[in-house]
Amino acid sequence: MANVSLRNIDKSFGETKAVRNVTFEVAKGEFLVLLGPTGAGKTTTLRLVAGLEKPDAGSVLIDGADVTSAAPASRDVAFVFQQYSLYPHLSVYDNLAFPLRSPARRMPEDEIRSRIEAVAGMLRIGGKLQNRSTKLSGGEMQRVAIGRALVRRPAIYLMDEPLSSLDAKLRADLRLELKRIQRDLGATILYVTHDQIEAMTMADRIGILSEGRLVQVGSPREIYADPDNVYVAARLGQPSINVLPLGALPVRSAPRTAYSVGVRTEHLDISRDGGPGANARLDWVEHLGDQNHLHIRLGDHRLTILAQPGTDLSAGEALRIEAANPLFFDEDGRRIR
Amino acid sequence: MSSTTAHSVVEPGRYLRFFAGAVVVVYALVTMIPLVWIFITGFKTPQDSISYPPKVIFEPSLEGYVNLFTTRTRQTPDYMATLPPPETWYDELVRSRQMVIAGPSKFGERFMNSIIIGFGSTFLSVFLGTLAAYAFSRFRIPLADDLLFFILSTRMMPPIAVAIPIFLMYRTVGLSDTHLGMIILYTTVNVSLAVWLLKGFVDEIPREYEEAALIDGYTRFQAFVKVVLPQMATGIAATAIFCLIFAWNEYAFALLLTSGTAQTAPPFIPTIIGEGGLDWPAIGAGVTLFLLPVLVFTILLRKHLLRGITFGAVRK
Ligand SMILES: Nc1ncnc2c1ncn2[C@@H]1O[C@H](COP(=O)(O)OP(=O)(O)OP(=O)(O)O)[C@@H](O)[C@H]1O
Ligand SMILES: [Mg+2]
Repeated sequence: MANVSLRNIDKSFGETKAVRNVTFEVAKGEFLVLLGPTGAGKTTTLRLVAGLEKPDAGSVLIDGADVTSAAPASRDVAFVFQQYSLYPHLSVYDNLAFPLRSPARRMPEDEIRSRIEAVAGMLRIGGKLQNRSTKLSGGEMQRVAIGRALVRRPAIYLMDEPLSSLDAKLRADLRLELKRIQRDLGATILYVTHDQIEAMTMADRIGILSEGRLVQVGSPREIYADPDNVYVAARLGQPSINVLPLGALPVRSAPRTAYSVGVRTEHLDISRDGGPGANARLDWVEHLGDQNHLHIRLGDHRLTILAQPGTDLSAGEALRIEAANPLFFDEDGRRIR
Repeated sequence: MSSTTAHSVVEPGRYLRFFAGAVVVVYALVTMIPLVWIFITGFKTPQDSISYPPKVIFEPSLEGYVNLFTTRTRQTPDYMATLPPPETWYDELVRSRQMVIAGPSKFGERFMNSIIIGFGSTFLSVFLGTLAAYAFSRFRIPLADDLLFFILSTRMMPPIAVAIPIFLMYRTVGLSDTHLGMIILYTTVNVSLAVWLLKGFVDEIPREYEEAALIDGYTRFQAFVKVVLPQMATGIAATAIFCLIFAWNEYAFALLLTSGTAQTAPPFIPTIIGEGGLDWPAIGAGVTLFLLPVLVFTILLRKHLLRGITFGAVRK
C-alpha cells in the first residue's frame, strides 16, 4: 500500500481545461472518493495518476517519489475502467490472470491459480471462471473487472465508476462488499463516482470536483454538514438542499453579507398553522415508497423536503415553516461561517 | 452466441421466408452454373466438351488434367507400335490419342508462382497495413489526415497509366520477371487498401483495453500483440481476402512484367487455348485449380469473420 499526492495539476485537451490546479493527497489505506457531475474531470484525474496522461503542469507523487513522467507499468497501480472492462477474446480466468502473466511479473501458474481462486471466492464469481467474458451479465463483468485489480495487490487502486452500470440492488451489495474488502486489505483506493450515496457510504474522505477544480475535500460528514459553498451543498443530500434568497424564509439571525440561505430538509421546522403565523402551503405529497416528499409553496418559492415518518399533513394545508439550522452564502455562493 | 442480436428483429412470416429462400436459391443457381459448367468440363473428354447438344451426363475422364500438366507430341502408328507397353495410366490415356508425353507443362510452375506472389504480397500488405493502421489510429502523427489521403490517392490512377513507367523502371533495376518484383508491385497496390480498411477496425477497438494492459505491466508492443491483434482478427481476415483476390486475379501487370520464371497463372491459362486447337477440358481443369486457393483461403478464414461479427454485437 502507498499514498498518492497530486500537486497543482493542470491538464487541458485543446481548449478544454479538464483539470485545473488540483492538489490533494490520498493517505495510505484511505478510501478517497472523487465526486462530480459528468465532464468534471474525474476520469482525467485518475488517468493522470495512472500515467495514461501527462499533466501540463504539476506533479504526481507515489509514496513520496515523483512519478510524473514514469510509465504506467512502473507505478504499481491498478485501474478499473468506467467501460470496456474485460478483454472479449479471453475467458474470465484468463482475464483475471492477464495482469499476473505480464512480463513485469512472470508469476508461476500455480500461484496465479491460487490468487484467482481466492479473489473469485471473495467476489462470488468462482463458478464463472471458464466462461467467455462476453457471456457474463453486467454485474458479473463488473465484479471480474474489480477482481482483475484485486489479484494484482497493487500499491494503489484507481476505480472509475465501477458500479455505474449495475442495478440499484446489486450496486448496494457491491458497495458494501467493496468497502469490506478495502478494510480487510487496508487498500489505498482513489474512487470516482457521480453517485452521492456511493460517496457517502464508502468514502473516508470525499473530494468534490467541478469543472476541473477540486472544490472541497473532507469527510462525508464535513462535506454534508459544513460545505464551503452552494455548489458543494447541492451535491449531497436527497432531496437536495433548498437554497432561497435571504428574507424568503424566517431565520433567527443572518450575517450582514448573507445573500442566500440554504436549508436541508431536516433543518426545517414545520407546523400546521391555520392562523396568521402561516407562511406556506403544502402543494402536494409525493409518495416514493420508503419516504414521502412534501412539495411546499413559500411565497414565490417552492421547497421540497422529506416528510417526518407518519406525517398526517395533506395537500392544501397552511403551514408555518422556520429554518432551524440554516447555512448562509454570500453573493458569489461562498459559505459565510 | 445465442440468438440475441444487437437489434431485435421481427421473425419474418412463413411465406416471406419461403419467397426469400427461393430468391436466394435462384440467384445462387444463376451465379453457380457457369462455375459448375467449368468444373464439369474439366472432367470431360475433348469430344464430349464440344458435342452439341451439350452433354450433361457423360463418362468422366481425367484427360483435361493430364493435358493441363503435360506437353504431348503426335506420333505415327508405326512409331507407337515400337514403344514398350505404357507404364502409367496417364501414359496409356495419352497413347490412346495417338500421342506420347514429351514432358511436364509449365502449368505447375506458373501455379506455384501465383501462390508465392499472391500469398507473399498478401502477407506483406496485411503486415504493413496492420502496423500503419495501428499507428494512424493510436499515435499523434503530424499531418495524419494528409498522409492517409496520400496513401489513398495512390489508388486513384488507373494502373495501366503507370504500367509503362513501371515496366521501364523494373527493367532498369532488374525486377522484371522476378517474384520479388511482383510481390513489391502487388503490395504497393494493396497496402493502401489494407491501411484504410484496417484503420477502421483498430478505431473500433477501445483504447482502454491497451491502457489496461499498459498499467498491468505490458509494453505497448506486447499490448498490441496480446490485446489488439486478437480483436483485429476479423479485420485482418477480411483485408487478407481482399488483398489475395486482387493479387491472385491480376492480369495486366502480370502479362506485361512477367514472361518466364515469375509468370503467374492468369496470363498463362489463355496460352493453353493457343496450343493446337481449343482444349476445353484442359482449360476447365486449369480454371478449376486456379479457383481453389482463394476458395480454400476464404473458407479457412470464415471462422474469424463470423467470430468478429458476434463480438461486435456484444461490445456496445
Ligand atoms: N482525450 C480527450 N480529448 C479531448 N477532450 C477530453 C479528453 N478526455 C477528456 N476530455 C474532456 O475533458 C473533460 C473532463 O473529462 P473527464 O472524462 O475527466 O470527465 P468525467 O468527470 O470523467 O465525466 P464522466 O462522469 O462523464 O465520466 C470533458 O470536458 C471532456 O470532454
Ligand atoms: Mg469519466
